[in-house]
Amino acid sequence: MNYNWDWNVFFKSTGIGNEIYLDWFVSGLGWTIAVALAGWIIALALGSLLGVMRTLPNKTASAIATGYVELFRNVPLLVQLFIWYFLVPDLLPEKAQIWFKQDLSPATSAYLSVVVCLGLFTAARVCEQVRTGIQALPKGQNYAAMAMGFQQAQVYRYVLLPQAFRVIIPPLTSEFLNIFKNSSVASLIGLMELLAQTKQTAEFSANLFEAFTLATVLYFVLNMSLMKLMGWVETRLRVPGMMGGAK
Amino acid sequence: MIRFMNVHKWFKDLHVLNDVSLTVAAGEVVVVCGPSGSGKSTLIRTVNQLESINSGEIWVDGKNVADPKTDLNALRAKVGFVFQHFNLYPHLSVLDNITLSPLMVKKMERAAADKLALQLLERVGLAHKKDAFPAQLSGGQQQRVAIARGLAMQPQVMLFDEPTSALDPEMIGEVLHVMKDLAESGMTMMVVTHEMGFAREVADRVVFVDHGQIIEEAQPEEFFMNPQHDRAKQFLRQLLTPMQ
Ligand SMILES: Nc1ncnc2c1ncn2[C@@H]1O[C@H](COP(=O)(O)OP(=O)(O)OP(=O)(O)O)[C@@H](O)[C@H]1O
Ligand SMILES: [Mg+2]
Repeated sequence: MNYNWDWNVFFKSTGIGNEIYLDWFVSGLGWTIAVALAGWIIALALGSLLGVMRTLPNKTASAIATGYVELFRNVPLLVQLFIWYFLVPDLLPEKAQIWFKQDLSPATSAYLSVVVCLGLFTAARVCEQVRTGIQALPKGQNYAAMAMGFQQAQVYRYVLLPQAFRVIIPPLTSEFLNIFKNSSVASLIGLMELLAQTKQTAEFSANLFEAFTLATVLYFVLNMSLMKLMGWVETRLRVPGMMGGAK
Repeated sequence: MIRFMNVHKWFKDLHVLNDVSLTVAAGEVVVVCGPSGSGKSTLIRTVNQLESINSGEIWVDGKNVADPKTDLNALRAKVGFVFQHFNLYPHLSVLDNITLSPLMVKKMERAAADKLALQLLERVGLAHKKDAFPAQLSGGQQQRVAIARGLAMQPQVMLFDEPTSALDPEMIGEVLHVMKDLAESGMTMMVVTHEMGFAREVADRVVFVDHGQIIEEAQPEEFFMNPQHDRAKQFLRQLLTPMQ
């Protein structure tokens, strides 16, 4: 193979304004993080709520949560993204449609779609982790809290959830990393996140290998830092005298 | 204080409580014993409705607990419960285990709740462990904390479900000692236990349960020296000489 490696490419002008290729990567990384973090907030909040619902004695509540999980887990992520981006806006009331399609910049509307899509998709997976975490707790915890006169919401808030979350930090960490990786689907609806910028750099500069090498390194470093962060969180929350999580 | 009137409960086909009637007066200590699976835990759990009943009535402090209109959370706040396996909250310190319900249910001020918790820890001899976590305590210490936690709601009644049967023998004494003090302070207590020494010394009455029925109810001395029913005799024999 005859390929001219040129690592200086990232400092060369893109030919658009004063930008160098590295600027594209920085901006792409920024979008990737912005998509993943916003999606994660939705996923964690909604997923926790659904996870709790699945463990409630109330049949309706748990059926709703189960239906949600089945639906969002069994439709491919890309299909969901296209639905959120291409179909759902057409179902909105007219004013909202105009706002979404005309008032917002294309980047913002793509961003909103992908955040909602990843948030709701990941919520189904978080839900299952939270449910497993709660169900793994000894039944006596629930009894003890009820015996003290707690309302059901207090039982969850003060007794069950703090323990369940400690137990599920490792699987939640991998969902957290997944949402960063999955955020690359945004490139398919034109959001210039890390993968899209990489492809664009490869096309503009013809330095395909350098571009994808840098992208790989960036994704890798990002994931490693997130893993370190979650490891730190886990240590911070560890209960003295106990290994791992609840007994 | 507690009054069971013709209480029945089924788990599917299993008749766990069969026409139970029993009264525990204020200040009284009643020990419940009986073979494994006879329904003792179920019986004591119906008092604060951790288990519901199918028919009959249970009156606690003037309220019928089986009545759907009864505020169960308010009732439970007045009834302390101590479990066989302690069930302390493992993620909270000893002090926080005790203050959680006064803070959240009674809406007590933090300072007052801490003070109360320290007094109770003093009473069970564990004030020096206030900052420890449950997993750092021995079984006996955990159970004493659990008793302090139950007392923190200043209950009218304390229920104990085999409080010493998960403990190593050398720790049983310290827990029974705390319970005896509590009984002497005038607390109304219903205690599921096979600790004969405790029953003899502390109980006002012993109730023997078999197959969901109360088949004997007597003063401790009378029950131990002169049991009436064959099944009670057999039970006591097994308790004294388990290997035979
Ligand atoms: N939630 C439940 N569902 C179905 N059956 C149950 C349930 N809880 C208890 N049982 C059954 O009811 C019977 C009485 O149980 P219970 O726990 O009250 O007995 P116990 O006298 O406390 O026994 P032990 O001395 O072993 O604690 C047992 O046969 C038990 O298997
Ligand atoms: Mg039992």
